[in-house]
Amino acid sequence: MSKHAVDISLTVNGERVQGRVDARKTLVDYLRDDLSLTGSHVGCEHGVCGACTVRVDGEIVRGCLMLAVQCDGGKVETIEGLSDSGEVADLQAAFEQRNALQCGFCTPGMLTAAQDLLKRTKKVPSRDEIREHLSGNYCRCTGYHAIVDAVEAVAQARAKGR
Amino acid sequence: MKIVDDSPPVLSALDRPNSYIGRSVPRPNLQRLTQGRGQYVSDVVLPRMAHVAYVRSPHAHARIVKIATDAAKKLPGVIAVVTGAEIAKVMTPWVGVLTHLKGLKSAPQAPIAVERACWQGEAVCAVVANTRAEAEDACELVEVKYEELPPVTDPEVALDRKTPVIHSSLGDNLCFERKLDVGAVDKAFAESDAVVETTFHFGRHTGVTNEPRSIVADWNEGEQRMTVYQGTQAPHMMQNLFAKHLGIAEHQVRVLTKDVGGSFGIKVHTYADEMATVALSKLLRRPVKFVADRIESFVTDIHARDHRIKAKIGVSKDGTINAFEIDDLTGIGPYSVYPRTSGIEANQIVNLVGGPYKCPNYRAQARVVFQNKNVMCQYRAVGHPIAVAVTEGLVELAAAKIGMDPLELRRRNLIPDDAYPTQSAAGLKFELLSHHEALAHLDSMMNYAGLRAEQKKLREKGIYRGIGFASFIEVTNPSAAFYGVGGARITSMDGATVKLDAQGAIVVHTGVTEQGQGAEAVVAQCVASSFGVPIEKVRVVTGDTDNTPYGGGTWASRAAGIGGEAAWQAGKALRANVVAVAAAMLQAKPEDLDIRNGVVVDKDKGTERLPLDELARVAYFRPDTLPPGFQAELMATRHYVPRAWPFAFTNGIQGSYLEVDVDTGFVKLLKHWCVEDCGTI
Repeated sequence: MSKHAVDISLTVNGERVQGRVDARKTLVDYLRDDLSLTGSHVGCEHGVCGACTVRVDGEIVRGCLMLAVQCDGGKVETIEGLSDSGEVADLQAAFEQRNALQCGFCTPGMLTAAQDLLKRTKKVPSRDEIREHLSGNYCRCTGYHAIVDAVEAVAQARAKGR
Repeated sequence: MKIVDDSPPVLSALDRPNSYIGRSVPRPNLQRLTQGRGQYVSDVVLPRMAHVAYVRSPHAHARIVKIATDAAKKLPGVIAVVTGAEIAKVMTPWVGVLTHLKGLKSAPQAPIAVERACWQGEAVCAVVANTRAEAEDACELVEVKYEELPPVTDPEVALDRKTPVIHSSLGDNLCFERKLDVGAVDKAFAESDAVVETTFHFGRHTGVTNEPRSIVADWNEGEQRMTVYQGTQAPHMMQNLFAKHLGIAEHQVRVLTKDVGGSFGIKVHTYADEMATVALSKLLRRPVKFVADRIESFVTDIHARDHRIKAKIGVSKDGTINAFEIDDLTGIGPYSVYPRTSGIEANQIVNLVGGPYKCPNYRAQARVVFQNKNVMCQYRAVGHPIAVAVTEGLVELAAAKIGMDPLELRRRNLIPDDAYPTQSAAGLKFELLSHHEALAHLDSMMNYAGLRAEQKKLREKGIYRGIGFASFIEVTNPSAAFYGVGGARITSMDGATVKLDAQGAIVVHTGVTEQGQGAEAVVAQCVASSFGVPIEKVRVVTGDTDNTPYGGGTWASRAAGIGGEAAWQAGKALRANVVAVAAAMLQAKPEDLDIRNGVVVDKDKGTERLPLDELARVAYFRPDTLPPGFQAELMATRHYVPRAWPFAFTNGIQGSYLEVDVDTGFVKLLKHWCVEDCGTI
């Protein structure tokens, strides 16, 4: 711990967390190293791949481009939290059913970004809109087609259920 | 009126209850991944685990004059600063050669450069600290004094007399050369109506796995054992290499591979920084973790496909292809990569060019040269994209030259579907391929005649559309001919152990690994089908050299074909064992019983005789009630290795339809069709 350590207090997946972190520590490193929430992944560490996508105060962010200290007082949600609350259960089921993941390294970020899109639009997004919204999440196994299929199917099912 | 077809569907030999082969089933390992609860190596944390970061050479070629480590060592959190000379005390260097690639030579490569760095990005010093951030801080305090040496970068001049030799002990910069001359090539060109010659250039690329290369090495001084958590495609191969270069026995090394964040052929090689991490753990007697960052990945993950190929084709007016000739030059960096070598890609190109066609005259030369760039080695579909691009590029050019439809020219030259077994000019043995069936299928699928008519009509309006084809053959399921015969301890065999647990469920241990390609699902499909249980009752364990049968792992499309066959056989063997137990319990003949849907049934009528959980209860907890002398064997292991054919070749053809903006040069892909004959999946 360097001399630039800062005390922070935040909510992570509904749980109150307090800790002392290096001012330079990124949010994703804090989640992974300090809280053992390893579902958020580190792929590029410069905001390109989207594997570290998490939700902070309702907005999706790159966990590698935000510092842990910036989340002081904030509300952070990771894939573990979204799984346990059941918020993305239908997306997860669709991904599993359609084999919309291969190695799975991008999947937590992909699901978090997909949920962000579906949450903010009432209508069923077009395939182009889905692609556009997920364009910041890289799947290097290149399974994009099945991913778009899965997100589209869930969007339609949710619209029907409304 | 009868509106429903009530005739039963035709059953194949595979269609018993629980026939999962050929069906699409959800992969059993997906839930943990969608919940972010997988275990990638980058997630692994062990008690007393330290982190290593590497100081890397900023020069392509430089003598290391001095490394000053004092300032780095003083930084809080730093555990050790280690140079190549110190690592050399616990780990020996390696040389990436194979004896069946005759004449292939390379220089010894050390885990950390000693005296000389040979590419930009080669590790020259290791810093181990409590956190990765502290290790990186300390790396900035390591002062390395370099004396720059002239770099060799262009393969075209690597063999010139004036070009410096990278490894003086080797005499020149030639790593490997292969020449092939089959049939009467000069005569065939002389008798051709048209000869087309051109040069193809291919740029380097690499796999860019989402999860970078990751390793945690844990030497236990008390046990004298090294446990390595590694994102790898070949755990048993790595077990051998770690043991060999640490100077310990294989049983002292355990390699664990659970989830891997993408491999693509990148993670099947020996990397100096990963070997150094293992050596550091032994040196420091504690777990050490290394995860490459993105820049390290770009400059150290193997590159591939840097080739310059001069190529020539000779054809007759009737479309007969008379000869192929290629001259391949490829630069592979300063070392041939261990243990698969950097000669395989060029070798594969020589093997594959012209492969779909019956042309008997073929001459090839391939030269593999050293250069001061990052290393090149085998990456997904080794050599295939180059060989296909060259072959099919030549075929298209030949068709244009003699004014023949390119699909027709292929039809006249592809190996006939009734010619098998046969072999190519390069000597590749084919058991059974289907080029013509595939071509006919593509032709009708894309409505080729219609597309040509549309293309012609649009051309008159100034719209430029193009139609292209590529026929190909593909190496899969290699036998020992690939590596074993060349002296590398890379097995072409794979095994599976299948166990009935005490509640009647099935646990499979397999030597193949899961990289996201679905190996766990394939293995579960094979076992569930051959044993006779619902697939939900099958759990698959992979990636643990202490607990899985010996196997080659995942590469060259082998996990399903070889690991799947072993799993199928093991499931069958266990079924016989379990039926024997049931027969003993039911006082029936084994041949009158079967296992269907997880229940022992009468073979004829399918009536239920005994659920598996009851059978397991008796066999495990009341064996005293079984007939005297009868021993239940509820675990079976089978191995499989292809012997009859060096490779199981598959084939296919693809077609592409695109539009070119003739003002800007922009190309827009309109549609793409694939026909792939991959056998039963």
